Amino acid sequence: MMGTLQHSTAAGPPAPNPGATAPGRVEPKLKISRLNFFYGAFQALHHVELEIAANRITALIGPSGCGKSTFLRVLNRMHETVRGARVSGEVLLDNEDALAMDVSRLRRRVGMVFQKPNPFPKSIFDNVAYGLRVNGLKGSAHLKEAVEHSLRRAALWDEVKDKLHKSAYDLSGGQQQRLCIARGLAVDPEVLLLDEPSSALDPIATAKIEELVFHLKENCTIVIVTHNMQQAARIADDTGFFLLGKLIEFDKTETIFKNPAKKETEDYITGRFG
Amino acid sequence: MAETVALLEPQTEEDFRPAFLDRLRNGDEVAHLVTLIFAAAILVIAALLVTELFGSSAEARHKFGWHFFFTSKWDPVAGQFGALPFIYGTVVTSAVALLISVPLGVGAAIFLSELAPPRISDSLTFIIELLAAVPSVIYGVLAMFALVPLLRDPIQPFLNRTLGFLPIFQGPSYGVGFLAAGVILAIMVVPFVISISRESLLAVPNEQREAALAVGATRWESTWQVVVPYARLGIIGSVFLALARALGETMAVTMVIGNTPQIVKSLFATGYTIPAVIANEFTEATEDLHLSALVELGLVLFLLTIIINGFARLMVLATTRRGTTHP
Repeated sequence: MMGTLQHSTAAGPPAPNPGATAPGRVEPKLKISRLNFFYGAFQALHHVELEIAANRITALIGPSGCGKSTFLRVLNRMHETVRGARVSGEVLLDNEDALAMDVSRLRRRVGMVFQKPNPFPKSIFDNVAYGLRVNGLKGSAHLKEAVEHSLRRAALWDEVKDKLHKSAYDLSGGQQQRLCIARGLAVDPEVLLLDEPSSALDPIATAKIEELVFHLKENCTIVIVTHNMQQAARIADDTGFFLLGKLIEFDKTETIFKNPAKKETEDYITGRFG
Repeated sequence: MAETVALLEPQTEEDFRPAFLDRLRNGDEVAHLVTLIFAAAILVIAALLVTELFGSSAEARHKFGWHFFFTSKWDPVAGQFGALPFIYGTVVTSAVALLISVPLGVGAAIFLSELAPPRISDSLTFIIELLAAVPSVIYGVLAMFALVPLLRDPIQPFLNRTLGFLPIFQGPSYGVGFLAAGVILAIMVVPFVISISRESLLAVPNEQREAALAVGATRWESTWQVVVPYARLGIIGSVFLALARALGETMAVTMVIGNTPQIVKSLFATGYTIPAVIANEFTEATEDLHLSALVELGLVLFLLTIIINGFARLMVLATTRRGTTHP
């Protein structure tokens, strides 16, 4: 076997709401088993096993090229846009096979926010409305309501409510990123994947994004890839550490940062490499 | 005062030489000067072109005035010259060419940039760019021997049977005429549309596609609703380049349009274009007035292309000003 894989499936995170089932054990939102990933002949992920709990923030950390972003992109099958990418193993979303379901439906349920803000060259309103229109929502009253709701959830409404029909490119980088989050939220996803969402932003904009993400977990399961260990420590409930395509350790954030089980994790956390 | 200057003179000359060599070596000023001359040359050529066209057409301009643009009689023997049939022929053939080539070209570009596997895309693009380099007389031969017989039978009779209620598909099928010229022009300009549209589609950042896919758009929705609008300036540019090429094309059109200066609604009828009449009659024009009228036609074509390019610029500017394009 690969030797280093480890996962904390046994304990599971505590139930976020009192209504949820038996003590100590909650059905995971996403269950990943035996996941291998290849770019052509190169194997980017080795036998990853991981359970992501609902309504929690899960951070994935690790040095560049460790496979954490690749892993994230498998979760909504964004890897399929890359030629030569191949995946084996199992990804279950609420016990449904994510690798087999209709890809548009999967991506509607599992949204994604990217590293660089990537608004469309359209108005602020149309950016948020895009996903709704693609998914068949019609009627301007409905659209308006849904757009406002998403912008409020993304903590952007107050800043843009008077210029909804201005170009999205008139916004600052941090606002653009929150707009992209609003666009992702508009289709009301169950899971939101964030791929280093604040790496292109200044500290103030980063703080805003973190605060926003922290509040989002009430209605949404968050998986965030980050280079910034302080960020993971600040906002994540659980943290996974990737190294060379393997998931080295996955546990509660506090445990990972204060009492890691693996030497590699400790070395990375304490800054000995990476 | 004068003495001091005289004394200093040899020295300054000595000083100046290395400085000049330095400047030559550093290149900045020389490069500035040389490139400025090259750039200015373009303006000079354009100015010469206008002056020459304007000057040489003086006789026709004075004789016919604005009537030149609105009369359709072209009779070198009687000394009667009107540009309207040629303007009509040029515009109609170019319009037919665009109607066919733009959907075809943009569609092919979308396939090549978004849907085809890279290897197929690259080899097809190579062939398409090769097509753009084929001399127009070759296309003319192709049109004469392959396209015209096909149009005569079965295409034109078929169009007449099915869409014959439209005036543009009425009348006898000669094969040669507006339709033949328009189709061969379409074939000639479609490589430009494909090549430039494909480039601008490929230049759309991948993040745009991903953003659309991430909210559940299908690949086609992402292409049609996000990628194509993002690349629209480049696509519009390709259309105007194609139009400019179609307006000016001479050889292939002359070979299949029938060379009759007339204004007929039917696309099956024969006609004439500005470049075609200039090429055909220039060497035979013995009368000064005839020559002058031909030059004035050239001036008309020149103005037509300037107006179209200006219009293209305005369109690009208007869409950019709206603030919805990328920075």
